[in-house]
Amino acid sequence: QGTKLELPLWLAKGLYNNKQKILSVELPTVYKESWRTVFSADANVVDLHKLGPYYYAFGSQMLNFDSPENAELAQTILQTFISRFRRIMDSSQNAFNEDTSALVARLDETERGLFQAGQKGLNDFQSWEMGQASQITASSLVQNYRKRKHSELDA
Amino acid sequence: MFCEKATELIRELHRASDGQLPSYNEDGIRQVLEEMKALYEQNQSDVNEAKSGHSELIPTIKFRHCSLLRNRRCVLAYLYDRLLRIRALRWEYGSVLPNAVRFQMSADEVLWFNQYKKSLATYMRSLGGGDGLDLTQDIKPPKSLYIEVRCLKDYGEFEIDDGTTILLKKNSQHFLPRWKCEQLIRQGILEHVLS
Repeated sequence: QGTKLELPLWLAKGLYNNKQKILSVELPTVYKESWRTVFSADANVVDLHKLGPYYYAFGSQMLNFDSPENAELAQTILQTFISRFRRIMDSSQNAFNEDTSALVARLDETERGLFQAGQKGLNDFQSWEMGQASQITASSLVQNYRKRKHSELDA
Repeated sequence: MFCEKATELIRELHRASDGQLPSYNEDGIRQVLEEMKALYEQNQSDVNEAKSGHSELIPTIKFRHCSLLRNRRCVLAYLYDRLLRIRALRWEYGSVLPNAVRFQMSADEVLWFNQYKKSLATYMRSLGGGDGLDLTQDIKPPKSLYIEVRCLKDYGEFEIDDGTTILLKKNSQHFLPRWKCEQLIRQGILEHVLS
């Protein structure tokens, strides 16, 4: 009794039970009060990928344990997403034919998905404008496969 | 710690995230199954003891049970994700897979692929008032019946509708019926040249 451990989420979720108190859950630092104030100050400057590549997904999983901070936690996650979304959408729609690694580096995995969806839309639109949309292309799987085979041959 | 092998399986798929099919990790799956078997047996004996009054064993039992469920979830996710990738292969490569891809699949996956192929073919035959309709054709709406294509590698002889055969040689250019060469373009043998 009284020992502190780091457990994987799935284990904590399985062992957590309101009736039998096997364990109580402490929030990871990123979701604690001190970091929450950082997010509310300006969420745009935070490197979410460094803090945890699945900030949103993991944060919403933390709501499974009813801790008194749940309401604030949920609110912070939502607000963080809202304030970061505008910038993600903006950059994904306007970075055409550019190196996007600097833009993507600080995004959480969910946000990366959004960014890629935006980029795909932009690229498809550009190719439609240039009249290339009707061109049949080799499937990306085949192309990647060939690339990989080449690099294996070189090595 | 339990479940590390299972997580490793998931990681393996995650690393090849662009839809590639890594080779089937038979060894990994077997190790996970062994771990699950051991966990189950330990749990069985502990459950029997717990029934006879050792209630302090309950958290341990729960812990093992969680690990069991986790392992099951990871293995199922591994297998299912592979199935989805294999299904995508049917649409990308057509019904005959290149050998290099086929060697990545386990025997059961090959069997599944063949059955999927069969049911898809049966479905496509039943469409279009009994004439059949190839759903993998014309993914993009066609603008003309014939298109200009360039050969990217030596393919050999190729027969078109009217019975003439043409030789698809590297860097040669042809004017072919679109529906005949769409598949070859998808496979990266021909390249569609826009005029």
